[in-house]
Amino acid sequence: MKYIYELHRTMITRKLILVYEGEFTQEITKSVLAMAERNMDAIGEDSGIKRKVFNVMVECLQNIVKHSDEIQEGGAPVRHGAVFMIGKDDDKYLITSGNPIQNDKVEMLNNKLDHINSLDKEGLKNYYKEVIKSNKGLSEKGGAGLGFIDMARKSGQKLQFDFEPMGNEYSFFSLKTVIRRTATDSE
Amino acid sequence: MEVINKEGTEDTPKIILNRNDGIFEISGRSLPEDSADFYQPILDWLEKYSGSPNPETVFVFKLEYFNTASSKLILDILSKLETITNTRIQWYFHEDDEDMEEAGTEFSELVEVPFEFKTY
Repeated sequence: MKYIYELHRTMITRKLILVYEGEFTQEITKSVLAMAERNMDAIGEDSGIKRKVFNVMVECLQNIVKHSDEIQEGGAPVRHGAVFMIGKDDDKYLITSGNPIQNDKVEMLNNKLDHINSLDKEGLKNYYKEVIKSNKGLSEKGGAGLGFIDMARKSGQKLQFDFEPMGNEYSFFSLKTVIRRTATDSE
Repeated sequence: MEVINKEGTEDTPKIILNRNDGIFEISGRSLPEDSADFYQPILDWLEKYSGSPNPETVFVFKLEYFNTASSKLILDILSKLETITNTRIQWYFHEDDEDMEEAGTEFSELVEVPFEFKTY
């Protein structure tokens, strides 16, 4: 039973206020959002910070719902496993997610995130407008291709990410977004 | 013409489209699971309306929050409104919500429709 204590310790050391692991759906997204909102309301969080956290959470959670790849083992899809966490420190919120993606998507995703991180506030604004104007419509999964750009814009910080190899077919994609609680505008 | 009057939910906005009363309004939160599917009836309604619009159309956006997939559809709605003569947008934002104000400014730069900015 030691793992329970260890998990509890990890959550405290990492200052995690919410961890969810498992299947992600729109219903789960709404529940997680409601919990985080209640938590922020309870401590009287600044409304601007609350909105930014909510914003980044939605994009992060809906990304997982749309893009987390089902792991196939012996031909049968196993499940849409992913993890989502919120950490709260004195000076910031950390919104993190992790989900498996197919190895052949790693390079594209890596390039996209590198590109976003290379842009400043004005560059991100222009990139956002460029993507929203492009007459492509939504992807088959219903994404606008704007989620990461919006997360970078709302947080005003670089997106931190990593790909951990999981074998021949999949990598585990981890993403961390920081939202400062101190100065309202840290860009 | 039919009236659209959809109550808002925790992930979809309240929508009123009523040509007789001259009320055209989207308000609340927009983060539906499938935003294209959610907004299609609105776009269809506007398509019909644009055939014989009122002498004046004031379209109100009073959004508390919208996700990026919705933003694409909001632009589609604005593009449709662009084709209707004598249309203007009233873009409401909470007085301390700079991001929502900026979102409105950006939309106003993407379409040729006059925007009025108002706080609530």
